[in-house]
Amino acid sequence: MKNAVQKINNLTIGFQSQKGEQISILKNISTSINQGETVGIVGESGSGKSTLALAMMGYVKQGLFTISGECMFHSNNLLEMSNKELENIRGRKIAMIPQNAGQSLTPNLKIGYQIDEALRLHTDLKQSERDEKISELLNKVRLPSPETMAQRYPHELSGGQQQRVAVAMALAGSPELLLLDEPTTGLDVTTQAHVLELLNLIAKDTGTSMVYVSHDLGAIAQVSDRVIVMYSGEIVLDGPVRSILKNPIHPYTFGLLKSIPKLTSPGLPNSMSGSQPQPGSIKNGCSFYERCEFADDNCKANSPILEFIENLNTSVRCFKHNELLNLNKSDSQYVKSIKNKILKNEILDLSNVSISYAKQKFLEQLLNKINDDNPTVKDININIDKGETLALVGESGSGKSTILKSIAGLLKTKDGNIKFDKDKILSNDLRQRDSTFLRAIQLIFQNPDESLNPNHTVEEIISQPLRLYFGLKGQDLKEKIIEVLDKVRLGEFYLTRYPRQLSGGEKQRVAVARAFAAKPDIILCDEVTSALDVSVQAAVLNLLQELKEDFGTTYIFVSHDLAVVRAISDRVAVLYQGRLCEIGPSKNVYKFPSHPYTEVLLGAVLEPDPDIKPKLVAEDIVEEKPPENGCSFQGRCPRILGDICKNEVPPWQTCENGNSIRCHIKMDDLKSQQISN
Amino acid sequence: MIIKYEKQKNTFQKIYEVIKTMASKPSGLIGLIILSFHVLLAITSPLYVPYDYKAIDPTLMLNPPSSEFWFGTDSLGRDVFTRTILGGRTALTVTFFGSLIALLWGGSLGIFCGLVGGKIDDIVMRIIDAFLSIPWILAMLLIVSLLGTTTLVLIPALGFFYGKGIVRVARAATHDVIAKDFIVSARARGHSNLSIIWNEILPNVRDAIMVEGAMRWSWMLLGFSSLSFLGFGVSPPTPDWGLMISNARGLMSFAYWAVLAPIFGLSSLIIGINLTADAFAKALGIDRSTKAPV
Amino acid sequence: MFFLVIKRILLGLITLFIVSLITFAGVEVLPGDACTTYLERQAFGAALEACYERLGLNVPAYERYISWAWGVLQGDFGYSLSGEMKINEVLGPKVKNSLVLASASILIGIPIALLLGIITALWRDKLPDIIISTVTIFSMTIPEFISATLLILVVAIWLEWLPGIVIVPTEASLSELLPNIILPVIAISMIMTAHMARMVRSSVIQVMASDYVQMAILKGVPYWKMVFKHVLPNALLPAINVVALTIAWLLGGVVVTEVVFNYPGLGRLVIESISNRDLPVVQALAIILASIYVGINLIADLTTLMLNPRLKSLQIKK
Repeated sequence: MKNAVQKINNLTIGFQSQKGEQISILKNISTSINQGETVGIVGESGSGKSTLALAMMGYVKQGLFTISGECMFHSNNLLEMSNKELENIRGRKIAMIPQNAGQSLTPNLKIGYQIDEALRLHTDLKQSERDEKISELLNKVRLPSPETMAQRYPHELSGGQQQRVAVAMALAGSPELLLLDEPTTGLDVTTQAHVLELLNLIAKDTGTSMVYVSHDLGAIAQVSDRVIVMYSGEIVLDGPVRSILKNPIHPYTFGLLKSIPKLTSPGLPNSMSGSQPQPGSIKNGCSFYERCEFADDNCKANSPILEFIENLNTSVRCFKHNELLNLNKSDSQYVKSIKNKILKNEILDLSNVSISYAKQKFLEQLLNKINDDNPTVKDININIDKGETLALVGESGSGKSTILKSIAGLLKTKDGNIKFDKDKILSNDLRQRDSTFLRAIQLIFQNPDESLNPNHTVEEIISQPLRLYFGLKGQDLKEKIIEVLDKVRLGEFYLTRYPRQLSGGEKQRVAVARAFAAKPDIILCDEVTSALDVSVQAAVLNLLQELKEDFGTTYIFVSHDLAVVRAISDRVAVLYQGRLCEIGPSKNVYKFPSHPYTEVLLGAVLEPDPDIKPKLVAEDIVEEKPPENGCSFQGRCPRILGDICKNEVPPWQTCENGNSIRCHIKMDDLKSQQISN
Repeated sequence: MIIKYEKQKNTFQKIYEVIKTMASKPSGLIGLIILSFHVLLAITSPLYVPYDYKAIDPTLMLNPPSSEFWFGTDSLGRDVFTRTILGGRTALTVTFFGSLIALLWGGSLGIFCGLVGGKIDDIVMRIIDAFLSIPWILAMLLIVSLLGTTTLVLIPALGFFYGKGIVRVARAATHDVIAKDFIVSARARGHSNLSIIWNEILPNVRDAIMVEGAMRWSWMLLGFSSLSFLGFGVSPPTPDWGLMISNARGLMSFAYWAVLAPIFGLSSLIIGINLTADAFAKALGIDRSTKAPV
Repeated sequence: MFFLVIKRILLGLITLFIVSLITFAGVEVLPGDACTTYLERQAFGAALEACYERLGLNVPAYERYISWAWGVLQGDFGYSLSGEMKINEVLGPKVKNSLVLASASILIGIPIALLLGIITALWRDKLPDIIISTVTIFSMTIPEFISATLLILVVAIWLEWLPGIVIVPTEASLSELLPNIILPVIAISMIMTAHMARMVRSSVIQVMASDYVQMAILKGVPYWKMVFKHVLPNALLPAINVVALTIAWLLGGVVVTEVVFNYPGLGRLVIESISNRDLPVVQALAIILASIYVGINLIADLTTLMLNPRLKSLQIKK
């Protein structure tokens, strides 16, 4: 029986609303963290998980207060301790690794100083011993050349490096409990995988207990022994990782797992309708009632309590958990494979496109001469057929967004041209394009907060393309707006809403509606699901697929998430540092032989299955610029042949499956090497 | 965050909402009351002044406050009360219209610079910086001494000088907005530049500019009164607080009422405008130090 | 790094150049010229000719500008309108006096502003903040001439603690000046300090709400250590620019305050020379005051540059 390092009893934290009501962010939280175990806390935004993580350090954000309950660390209630007492515990016994390390490191202090500060506070080491310890810690987190690293300022490090520094700082005091708040969000796919591996090693090495808070079930699956699922401020499920992820007995977890695209069962997942209720809005009954497919009247009237099921070693908050236990859990029922009607006529042709990305001023023309032999994006040759979905995949710096912007006319190409509809060359400059082309190509952006004008109502937002392209006015205009909104499942009620009154998912639907209102031929989707909650992502993907089937629109879909891409695309193009590595039908790209970079990306994918471990094949280095000669991937390729890769641009090779790979290694050799690994 | 579902409002309702928010805090309420009081006073005071502000009577020189002359008399025997309640009229008129001019030209230039960027932006900002580095007092005094001190000169002159500060704010606000995706979206759709400026950019910078304009109003009032004080603003016998203070201060030691009354009038108006401008900023959400729960 | 400094200095000089153009052009453009305004009713015939001759107004504008600018660069501002006084001699002691006043205000005002700003931020919404903030808000809103006048009324007239009007001559020595500058310094720094304190407060509050301060707390850093090591350096850096701007305001405020106290500095000279339409003097004053403003901004800019680790390391990389 392991000792509990921390016990939380009936904790309720909330705030006083403007009307004087007491509204809870956390409701009756009871759980414990045992010695040496890693607990993953899963929830979407608004579930209260961050508040819980902070409460575990005895920290309650300004404006919130403890309504009832306690958070016991060994035998002391953290929430009632004085600041002085807390200072002794924080950093020393309980340490936190924050979400955005870049913002959490003090900008004016060198990182060596900041780690040293932690050592001075939490250990009794002398100066020289501390210097040694700093090097030791930096080595432990796999940061190169500790001596130089210690002299750097936070802004001089990359995101991944900053995160590692945060880990080193947290470990300085050899804490008993480590709290990690979304530590890998915002990092590149390969960096994420490396950081998670590091955390796993540290946990095994030091026997520290860890609490890992995230919305990413894939990440949670990789590090946790136990998983706690939170919904609307309550714990709804608490049990061992395998049983939670493979056999979820709470409808929310069940639905959540269903709605995540997975590589192991490719296809478009089902989505849950609705969204998490606002704090304080549910007075009676189960908070998940509105969205639950198993619920009945009893669930509406009564709130279920957290029940411990002995034989499963799991606690669950649901009246219906037995039903779920017996349900067939095979995933294949819950995805649908997409069937796109692809017409074999080309709608867009990029030939020999090169782009040099320089900062542009609004309204200012770029100079025609761009002296750059090593452009950001080079030699892009892609033909896109009408009705297909082509995905552009790569990490940051791959040039995928740059290519999208070029197609839209927002960035000039340095070389090559883009042809629309077989033969109409699209002008480089937005201002010179005919309005038919402007209408035919529409954009949807990543961040719905920034892509909608905060001062416009939904009605005004959707009216823009309708007025611009079709000259609609008055009653006609209004009717058309309602029609468009209906297609994205938003009712008339939304006409007078402002973006700040909508949820992330609703805002993205408005953005989708705005794009479709123009009746475009091509829609460019730039990471459109990346900023949304997990359960909402599936809804948006399903919506996009539905609309495509109705209108036959072609999509160019940019994403870094390989599982999403697999679910929704016909063809995939893999980019590294602005050069094409591989292009072909989706299902083939995900099979061997693959370009070595594709192999790296696939290896780093985090499936929400604890038994599927990521394969870390390449180092997690961030490259600033593409190399001048040879293959773009030479800097990180684990299968590099030798000088040939550094000097000669690799040729395109076509495999039997139909995908093209740009590599010096012969296809058959590559295939056998990759399969044997 | 609790999302309240509001019906779409027209402009008047929006203004009413803003004022209601401003009045909900004590400082805002006090500011609004003081400001409204002064505005009303300025508009209506000629209707009920007890005496003629011009009437000079040497025999009544420097009488202390009494039931006949509530605030006493000044060095020329004029009723201080009358002159005090009339004293804000010119100041308010000049500074109000001056602020409007400052807002319009400062805002336009700022937005223009923010949009255009590049060399033109640099050059214009350098010139603005140069103008800012001439102490305003020097420039103002120069202009009024050569062009005269009529309101026709003062309003545009003050408007010009105080607009300079607004240029920076408008430019910064514009920079913030044009980086956002909804502007890129509008460009990509092919909307004309003019329509983007009018529909997308203006509504989002308007608030910041208005707040800045409100704050400048109080500074302009300060400046205007300083000018009057130095003798370069309003000409006698027009009653003006700055001028009154200047006239009365030499005799402060034995006729304090003549100097305290206009001081009180001017200070209270400035405080009123400041509190109102502050509350206005908070009501529009343009304030750095608020922290809301959740 | 070096180049950035040179670049800034050059920009400052360009600003001064533009200022000189503006003042010169401004004077040209406004109706009436130096001679007609000076001579007023005698502005005709031989007297006018003589005046033009003396001031060189019979020569085209750009030539005049060049010879004037050349003189200025050598420190020679020429003669006053009446042609009798060498401007340098007149300005010299007055500049000194005004600088004494300004420096004293800055030396007293800045530390107090920093202290008050930090106190009100750290004890936000508690008693110290409420009291100090109310006082600063009031101070900020009062024009200099009012605060000066009130100070004279209360301190000099009612309480009779200090002299109200300055009676020392322009050429007074430092020790003679000092007792007389107490009230003017209080009048000026009251307002200046209030402005700066509010800005410092705002900056500190913003930094206190940042992620890295929260992280420092969660790291277990003791409160005061966190304030001094993590908060203040980041909060005060942007305050340097504010300080510079406030000092620029100071130049204007000094003028009015000097008039109220009858202090023998630039302030009175500004008023007199404008009343007398003594344009050469006005031009000289404009350039001097502008130079001080530009100089202070330059120092603030460069200080910020040196202290900001982000900018510092960017330069080293290049």
